[in-house]
Amino acid sequence: MSEELRWEHFSHQADIGVRGHGRTPEEAFEAAALALTAVVTDPRKVLPEKRVEIACEAPDLELLLVDWLNALIYEMSTRKMLFRRFEVKLEDGRLQGTASGEPIDLQRHQPAVEVKGATYTELEVKQAGDEWIAQCVVDV
Amino acid sequence: MSNIEREQLVQVTDYRWEMAPREKMAVPVVIFASRELVEAMDERVFEQARNVAMLPGIVKASHAMPDAHWGYGFPIGGVAAFDPEQGGVVSAGGVGFDISCGVRTLLTGLRRAEIEARAERLADSLAANIPAGLGSKGLIRLNDKEMTAMLAGGARWAVERGYGSEADLERIEERGCMAGAEPDQVSPRARERQRQEMGTLGSGNHYLEVQEVSEVFDEAAARAYGVQEGDVVVSIHCGSRGLGHQIGTEFLKRMVVEAPKHGIQLPDRELACAPLRSKLGQAYLGAMRAGINCALANRQIVTHLTREMFERLFPDHPLRLLYDVSHNTCKEEWHEVEGQRRRLFVHRKGATRAFGPGHRELPEALRPVGQPVLIGGSMGTASYILRGTTESETLAFSSACHGAGRAMSRRAATRKWQGSRVVSDLAARGILIRSPSMRGVAEEAPDAYKDVSEVVESAHRAGLARKVARLVPLICIKG
Repeated sequence: MSEELRWEHFSHQADIGVRGHGRTPEEAFEAAALALTAVVTDPRKVLPEKRVEIACEAPDLELLLVDWLNALIYEMSTRKMLFRRFEVKLEDGRLQGTASGEPIDLQRHQPAVEVKGATYTELEVKQAGDEWIAQCVVDV
Repeated sequence: MSNIEREQLVQVTDYRWEMAPREKMAVPVVIFASRELVEAMDERVFEQARNVAMLPGIVKASHAMPDAHWGYGFPIGGVAAFDPEQGGVVSAGGVGFDISCGVRTLLTGLRRAEIEARAERLADSLAANIPAGLGSKGLIRLNDKEMTAMLAGGARWAVERGYGSEADLERIEERGCMAGAEPDQVSPRARERQRQEMGTLGSGNHYLEVQEVSEVFDEAAARAYGVQEGDVVVSIHCGSRGLGHQIGTEFLKRMVVEAPKHGIQLPDRELACAPLRSKLGQAYLGAMRAGINCALANRQIVTHLTREMFERLFPDHPLRLLYDVSHNTCKEEWHEVEGQRRRLFVHRKGATRAFGPGHRELPEALRPVGQPVLIGGSMGTASYILRGTTESETLAFSSACHGAGRAMSRRAATRKWQGSRVVSDLAARGILIRSPSMRGVAEEAPDAYKDVSEVVESAHRAGLARKVARLVPLICIKG
């Protein structure tokens, strides 16, 4: 699934914006997660070998997106891993998800920068036409 | 975003611009910068500085330093003070994720000619022994009890564990230990994020540089600081690592979720804050101060590692700490406002505290001159040592700029430059770069930043701090 996810970065002067597109909010969240990995390295270089479970909860979809990205940042930081494949289920303000990836390999991944946290800047989860967009600025 | 905010800026002096309070603004916006820098600033800086001026209990003005750029909530390069007696607030976004990120400069007592022959070896040994970059691990693992002691003790804890000496402590803000830290307010997740990261540089714009003093502007101050032209110094720029980032993340969310409960109307939710006199506000202060101690301890350990490397190559030249400054903090300080001394909580987000001569916080040797204000440049460009002034107290609660500030996004930088090319270009200019990531180097290319000299010139001319010396890099270890 993740291979087809549509994501992009958008400019923020000091930091960088991550944006995911999808047919559903879930898919947009997965694509935003892939955009997060792309801040650090080329996601195609990451092998989805090991799966990590992630759960978060927030009062609304936008806060939930920040929580999801921050949970991934936490797993990247404490496990020293990068992730490439994501699955998200959303229900009643709760997110159940998985992220699959591998330990950072400095030579192969050439990680550009460490992500410190997802912010509420330019934060949006919305339906635009027949697609969903999930985005925010991350601090690097 | 229109030019509305920019049009409301009025030039008061060559280096001071003001936006008068209107609508929900409680105080004016004051920007210290040359016309060129103001013209180059992103519209969002003015918008964000204006939003900060709307927060409860803000005192005097919402300030922006010459290197101000678009942040999240507060502009980076923003300074704002809040009065707890007036319903003032503390903001996690006003401090930032990298709590107490800062710079320290060490004096080596070596001259450039003395290190030149061994520069490659020095660069390699520093790169090999100082953990830098994403995924790197520190050599020190703290159990929960030691983590708590570190969060309460800061650089003092590190010195007690053998990383440095007592003499270092008086050259660090707060004498190396931030009072009022509450390690209990630091979550298990924040601790877990720090477990492998003590004594690491981090990535992004963090670095360790061996530099040469290329020019002295103020002989008397330079003498008091112990620097002269041709001297070699070492500057270290890093912060509170994963622990600070996690504290920022968690409290930002709690402040966003609880804002309605405190009756705070936010112009934008990224300005999330809590009253200083609230449980959440106090909890954040306790955690943030523990984060400051983590940064101070971290820089102290990196200093220790640096000293070990220098000792091997230059055994007769112990490294002395000139000073250590922090950039992302909220500190309780006394300031005179319209003839009254008031206890305020000063947020400096990407700004340096800059106490003037005579300030009692300064160690005796520095007191006649004022606090060293250490300004880091971007990779391959100059850095500066300035000194605090008396007038900075009135101008901006004794604050100055912190660095160059990005001029170009990371994305634009990687499209424009190749890391390996940046390294070879700098090598041709006699600057050795060591980094685990070429993409990281491209994103930090010198031209992706504003001209630090122009920023420093504005700070100097505005009276925020005065130029003492200019430093140019010889070796740069990038995260």
